[in-house]
Amino acid sequence: MSTDAATAPLERRSPWPLIWLGFLVAVVAIWLLRDPLIWLVKYPDKLEINLAKWIGIAAKWLVAHIQFLTRGLAAVLDMPLDTAIAVLAKGILAPNDAVIVPRVSWLGVIGAMTLTGYAYGGLRTAATVFLCFTYIAFFGQWNGAMLTLASVIVCVPIAVALGLGFGILAFRHPRLATWVVQPSLDLMQTMPSFAYLVPVLLLFGSGPVPALVATVIFASPPMVRATVLALRSVPEEVMDFGKMAGCSPQQKTWRIMIPSSRALLMVGVNQVIMMTLNMVIIASMIGAGGLGYDVLLALRQGDIGRGAVAGLAIVAIAISLDRISQAAAEHQARPFKSGDTFAHRHPYLIAGIGWLAVTTLISLFVPEFSDVPKSLTLTLGDSLNEIVKWININFFDLIEAIRTWLLLNVMNPVKQGLLMAPWIAILGGLVLAGYQLGGRRLALLVALLVAFILIAGQWEKAMISVYLCAISAVIAALIGIPIGAWASRSDWGNRVATIAVDTLQTLPTFVYLIPVVMLFRVGDVTAMIAIVSFAVTPAIRYTAHGLRNVSPQVVEAARAMGSTPRQILWRVQVPLALPEIMLGINQVILLSLSMLVITALVGTRDLGQEVYIALTKADPGRGIVAGLCVAFLGIVLDRLAAAGAKRARERLGLLDINAQH
Amino acid sequence: MTMTFRRKAMGAAMALALGAGFSMPAAAEPESTDPIKIALFDWTSVNLNATILSKILKSYGYNTELVTSDYLASIQTGLRTGDLTIGMEYWDTTAREAMADADASGETENLGPIGPKAKEEWWFPEYMKETCPGLPNWEALKGCAEAFSTPETAPKGRYLGGPVTWGGFDDERVEALDLPFEVVHAGTDAAMFAELESAYQRKAPIILWIYTPHWAPAKYKGEWVQFPEWTPECYSDPAWGSNPDKAYDCGKPHGEIYKYSWKGFAEKWPVAHKIAKNMKFTDDEMNALIGQVDLDKKSLDDVADAWIAANGDKIKQWAQ
Repeated sequence: MSTDAATAPLERRSPWPLIWLGFLVAVVAIWLLRDPLIWLVKYPDKLEINLAKWIGIAAKWLVAHIQFLTRGLAAVLDMPLDTAIAVLAKGILAPNDAVIVPRVSWLGVIGAMTLTGYAYGGLRTAATVFLCFTYIAFFGQWNGAMLTLASVIVCVPIAVALGLGFGILAFRHPRLATWVVQPSLDLMQTMPSFAYLVPVLLLFGSGPVPALVATVIFASPPMVRATVLALRSVPEEVMDFGKMAGCSPQQKTWRIMIPSSRALLMVGVNQVIMMTLNMVIIASMIGAGGLGYDVLLALRQGDIGRGAVAGLAIVAIAISLDRISQAAAEHQARPFKSGDTFAHRHPYLIAGIGWLAVTTLISLFVPEFSDVPKSLTLTLGDSLNEIVKWININFFDLIEAIRTWLLLNVMNPVKQGLLMAPWIAILGGLVLAGYQLGGRRLALLVALLVAFILIAGQWEKAMISVYLCAISAVIAALIGIPIGAWASRSDWGNRVATIAVDTLQTLPTFVYLIPVVMLFRVGDVTAMIAIVSFAVTPAIRYTAHGLRNVSPQVVEAARAMGSTPRQILWRVQVPLALPEIMLGINQVILLSLSMLVITALVGTRDLGQEVYIALTKADPGRGIVAGLCVAFLGIVLDRLAAAGAKRARERLGLLDINAQH
Repeated sequence: MTMTFRRKAMGAAMALALGAGFSMPAAAEPESTDPIKIALFDWTSVNLNATILSKILKSYGYNTELVTSDYLASIQTGLRTGDLTIGMEYWDTTAREAMADADASGETENLGPIGPKAKEEWWFPEYMKETCPGLPNWEALKGCAEAFSTPETAPKGRYLGGPVTWGGFDDERVEALDLPFEVVHAGTDAAMFAELESAYQRKAPIILWIYTPHWAPAKYKGEWVQFPEWTPECYSDPAWGSNPDKAYDCGKPHGEIYKYSWKGFAEKWPVAHKIAKNMKFTDDEMNALIGQVDLDKKSLDDVADAWIAANGDKIKQWAQ
């Protein structure tokens, strides 16, 4: 995410303190004169445009005219999806439900997945995968998990292929990259997925296909970014070699650049897989079925235990696929000898398929091979519900006191402040910050995006969103950075933190939202807890990574000069890792915004709620406008933070983080 | 989703059966083996209805598919385009607008009520009568609002309303009836019932929006608040009711729960259409079924199978 270098030179005595002082005086003046100048405080309704209506009309027109195309596409997408579901989950059934071809045996799947893990990552990965899948089987989550896995298996290749395609396109045509690809990626990543669900439903019909499409939209951006980054990082010498060998541009791309940047590309694939699993709950709301649906149903029955078991099954799939794909990224293929037969080259592949075939064949005669026997499955029963109940009965008064204190002394004042602040002050402040950090272009971008929110009439809801996200982001940073620092100091700590971060990121928020509601009631505190628990992850991850990457020589030098460990941390490591920590905070902010839609489910009155209302009213215009507002907030904050981090790096004389790869 | 295999000679079989004027016996050849897509939503009774219908239709040789969908979006998109064939529950209380819209479009067919009556109203647990003895009469709420308050709403009471998307006019009701209450909207009903569970465990004060058919009234002991009975005029005419200047000075409407289908349903699968149209349950029957699923934690399939096995005659009548 690059913006042009700051145009204002920073070395001479900076005029900025004076400028900000002037700004402050102006704001106070407006506030004092707020009665005659009310239009500068509260944005006049007359200047709002009913964008939702126009976008709604445009969307309906578009849908009517391209529906034949998208419906065709839906039919095409239905085929691989149907096949995957048949193979993994349902088998091929006659209309009267008689099994014609059985699904693959659960023992077969566990074996094949474990073998895959072993082939790429050795014993350790194999053990992880084995544990994850046996958990799924024995906790009675097999059917849901296979439905989910089927959609992941179809979704990931499509997202990867699209990402690769657009990435190559963006790499070859830098202009296209800056003006089309980059902005679309920003939108796709910051726009809440609920916002485009309605158009997707209209275009692609009901059932699993629209869920698949929405997931692809959500999951492919990291692949595009990874591809561009990977292609840029191919060494000059390798490219020159291609030129000398007389490769055509096509050959150069596919035979030289892609293979030589495989490791980085696999990082993209890994991201796609994780994002796909992130979408599981939301996709289940519009027809994907599977584990996400099981979680939702269980929680609607107030069954926390069952919801948690299904939610953890999603985590189990995520961890397995994550470890396998990470191992695959680092895996060095063994060179083949000439004369090797197919079986020599692919021993694991053949063993895996063989095992699947054998177990599935047996399952025709032995039902225990087809379904996990009920007698073997475990449940948490009521234990989790009982635990929550115990906490509820014994600690509610304490929790209620904390909640009330937070609400009355921290959250409500901030909310009131933001709601009462003149819009011109917030707009002006952001634009000024943009100019200071990134020059004229950034200032212009900020002005346009913030103006859109005003004109669309979403200011109040946007301010509530900002308040929720800001408080949550601060708390997430306060919790996450120390944990990250702790994790960076030992391998053991790092491992614990990694597991925690993985779980928090893939466990559907809804699973812990319900117990939190029970203890903290419906309202903003619950929403904040949900946001913090999801958004804390990048703070941990980036801090740990940044601190670990501080050059050992520098630390050694500091130690030689007699610094205490405390001094080393605060005077050397933290300042040097600051740019990366700031990048982490940047991610914290973006993730907070992305949680707005989820928090609407516990009853906040922000942009997320607007998006959610639009979804249930099937109003595409309203959803898109509110979604754009969230996206624009995200882009503004992201650009400002990125520009700030860049300046900090320049001041420290560090390399650009993106250039380090 | 099940893979479908077209059977040949379907047309001939259909012509024979229809031409001869017989009513179709069980397991006969269906008119079309294209899948009949039945919508699943996210509450129990509708998924039970859908599962039962699906199983009955299958026994008549039809190919059915249960498709997870969104409640209001389904009647505004899926059923209109034929992506969905039937949705089993559209409640008068929450989907009135959407149904009127669908009727106006002419692209859907109202298959009549499913039977159980929809009721939604303010509800309180029985133990609240001790702190607020005048209940369930709504006027008692004026006097004991403080008993329902939390620190941030005090001295006003805290009423936990449904998600804003459900409508319900509670903010308006509070104002029109001059109730000293603050309306807090839950985002989903899962969140709403989580709060009820929490309060019930502690015997703590709570008053909230509950609806039936649902498992909650069976699990928790409590009562509906009795507001002035709803009439259409109450919502449309300010002069009606105790507050001469404001509408909404009454309770919530109760009403039917309707089945809706894509308009091409009757023509393409006539017998299936007849079954779906005639399918009906009583309140007690439905509540018992919901209880088996949500409280006894039996699977939808088991409950549906058991009901079908016990009600063969009724099903035969539906197909007549």
